[in-house]
Amino acid sequence: MILPDRRVYRHALPTRLGHWLTALCLLVLVMSGLQIFNAHPSLYWGERSDPDRALLRLKAVENSEGETRGITEILGREFDTTGMLGASRRRGPDLEERGFPWWATLPGDQWLAMGRRWHFFFAWIFVLNGLGFGLWALARGHLAHDLWPSGTDLRGIARSLVDHLRFRHPTGMAASRYNVLQKLSYLGVIFGLAPLIVASGLAMSPAMDATVPWLPSLFGGRQAARTVHFVACFAFVGFVAGHLFMVVVTGLWNNVRSMVTGWYRVHSEGVVDDTT
Amino acid sequence: MTPPRRVSRRQFGIRGLQLLGVSLLTGCDALSQSSWFAGLLERAEGLTRAVQKAITPRLALAREFAEADRSRVFPGNGTVDPSEPDYQALTGTGFSAYRLEIGGLVERPASFSLAELRSLPSRTQITRHDCVEGWSAIAKWKGVRLAALLERVGVKPGARYVVVHCFDALREGGEKYYESLDLGDALHEQTILAYDMNDHALPVTNGAPLRLRVERQLGYKAAKYVRRVELVERFDTIGQGKGGYWEDRGYEWWAGI
Repeated sequence: MILPDRRVYRHALPTRLGHWLTALCLLVLVMSGLQIFNAHPSLYWGERSDPDRALLRLKAVENSEGETRGITEILGREFDTTGMLGASRRRGPDLEERGFPWWATLPGDQWLAMGRRWHFFFAWIFVLNGLGFGLWALARGHLAHDLWPSGTDLRGIARSLVDHLRFRHPTGMAASRYNVLQKLSYLGVIFGLAPLIVASGLAMSPAMDATVPWLPSLFGGRQAARTVHFVACFAFVGFVAGHLFMVVVTGLWNNVRSMVTGWYRVHSEGVVDDTT
Repeated sequence: MTPPRRVSRRQFGIRGLQLLGVSLLTGCDALSQSSWFAGLLERAEGLTRAVQKAITPRLALAREFAEADRSRVFPGNGTVDPSEPDYQALTGTGFSAYRLEIGGLVERPASFSLAELRSLPSRTQITRHDCVEGWSAIAKWKGVRLAALLERVGVKPGARYVVVHCFDALREGGEKYYESLDLGDALHEQTILAYDMNDHALPVTNGAPLRLRVERQLGYKAAKYVRRVELVERFDTIGQGKGGYWEDRGYEWWAGI
């Protein structure tokens, strides 16, 4: 006998709306951010950008044979990253001097002014959406009920970690709730990474620095804030990569559908149906 | 439920994602070129300006640093040696014939020689210059407060912006550099027309004989090679109408971020 699937309402509308807006914002912010970074593809610590004290530098050089090479310099050590970092191709066979390649930046061509337009427009949406979602989650108990880990959750971290590494993921009704690693990583992003990237971004604003003089100092100076902003960006990229990986291995379509319609399908026997 | 249908749905999804990726990259570039979307993106500038103006106390000062914090080399960006004949004529005489003109919506249009500017009360500040490209450099600036000059010439009631006209064009024969500030920023304590940098006369690379310092905004506001100051009610008839050389080329008029 085949039992009918059960459907569970897993994500409320504000969660779904907030999720997709954040996804769009992150995509635009990362790519326009790399466009802005490309205008001066070096990172420093402290307040100043002393050319001889760069932590990271993407540059193009000409080698002894007269060929253009893309070089990534990290703490004085040079790595050949031709085609990817420092020098890459856009149209035709010639290498152009560029920090990140065209397909990683928005717009594709070097166009700082337009990159800034995209970046600040979507930064506002990112912040307003994040605040809106945060307030809703707090008011409606989503934060306390679904995201905050319980004592039982925390005691089960080690087991959850081992289960994740063995690709044994919660099934049945347990899959309709967040597991402890999910809770901790979502909380870390919402209360750690997101405020960090906004604050380090604002620390680069000269007007904000006049308003809140301790803001750049919090990071060790404006150029340090720029470095923190860059690192936080790649922490977001890493989080999204891990998130997408988990979405795929725990049932791509069921997961995507539940984040679109809210409804998650659970087999009556308690087995997650990831095939439809 | 038949397996083939599932597979095709999945393939459809994967094809869709690929298509999405390609169209995102090309579509976003197309959007950047379209005036309606660029216009939409530009709206964020008004919000940023309104919020920053609202939360920043009018008199709030940009941080001032110690002598030891200064950059060893202060970069010269944009024009570093104006080729215009009228400017070249001035450098030949050590700017002795230079006169800063102040006009427009003022009660008493006037002009000042460098010696006259130096005899006025000065302000010295060690501040950080933040370029829109991303780099920062710290230098010591000495100059005359723009507010003191405006007080001398008397600002007419209708004036809302201070436009600074410069000698240099980034490309030979191109449009001359210019910038504009609202009166709030023009009258700010740290807004000066600097004639000294790091205790020496301002070098040509950094804007001799006179450059603007606007410490709560990005570096492109700090116009070099200042020739003339004009008070206006609106700036849409100047240059291409956006209030500055880089503004005319797509950068924000409000450069607080």
